Amino acid sequence: MNSFIVEIVMTLKSAARDPVAETIQRDLIAKKGYNMISNIRSGQYLKIDIEAEDMNSAKEIIIEMCNKLRIFNPVTQNLNILNVSKKNSREL
Amino acid sequence: MNIKIAVIQFPGSNCDLDTLYVLNNVMKIDAELVWHKQFDGSKFDGAVLPGGFSFGDYLRAGIIAAHSPAIDQARQMLNDDKPIIGTCNGFQILTEAQLLPGALLQNDSLKFICKWIRIRVDNNQTAFTNKMGLGDILDIPIAHGEGRYFTEKLKELEENNQIVFRYVNESGEAEENANPNGSLENIAGVCDLEQKCVGLMPHPERASETILSPEKTVHGKLFFSSMLNFIERNVK
Repeated sequence: MNSFIVEIVMTLKSAARDPVAETIQRDLIAKKGYNMISNIRSGQYLKIDIEAEDMNSAKEIIIEMCNKLRIFNPVTQNLNILNVSKKNSREL
Repeated sequence: MNIKIAVIQFPGSNCDLDTLYVLNNVMKIDAELVWHKQFDGSKFDGAVLPGGFSFGDYLRAGIIAAHSPAIDQARQMLNDDKPIIGTCNGFQILTEAQLLPGALLQNDSLKFICKWIRIRVDNNQTAFTNKMGLGDILDIPIAHGEGRYFTEKLKELEENNQIVFRYVNESGEAEENANPNGSLENIAGVCDLEQKCVGLMPHPERASETILSPEKTVHGKLFFSSMLNFIERNVK
């Protein structure tokens, strides 16, 4: 078995308004002149340490777990796997 | 027949004792506080999932409580034709447990809102609204940070008559200014397909005594008298 780190982010579906992101953009970024920024969406981030055979199975276990336990709510959110990496390659 | 109602207590529930008080002392119903892990639905004729912040609202409001063994009991109760209501956090738990459709998102204002509002009865056939009139306007308070109702199946809900309450103005219109939290279509409460399970963000238990109500109304009592009516009708 090997140690991996899987990073996931859960974001609201595009049909649902994201008032956190809207506030960041409207009341901070736009007011401070960063008008080149056209859109922001916020999300929830989880960094998960996992023992698995290889990267693929680490990813598969996490996706299965997130669906089974409803770590993300499929009614409102999308689940994205940001990154899968070998643990010792990043964190000694 | 002695009707017995359970108020299910999760770690972080904080409207449990208020609900119990109203059931016992105002409605004169035999009600009992039950710890979620010890809840046995076969001993009760109905159940209330009260408001609060179960499990600290961690991850999402209601999701951790939705995995409690109490939810399996609640599911069985519904199969046995017993009514279940979730108010505020209880509503969030029931949607996360998929006993009710949709989900509750953070208020569009990003603020925790605590105030009296008005809701309109859009379905008076459910186990908790059968003593109300269709289109009746109820005075009732809300107190939540995550009450923005969302669904991608609005048409389905409308077709199945599952939208039970909408936030409205004095004239009973579901307009934008009457919507406290950005809920889709001003939706304040929904029910399951069989209309035995109802969830809403407002607090009936805080609207059941004149001393608590700015308008001296007690519209919250109608939820519990409807529940009794449903149970009594079911037994006959």
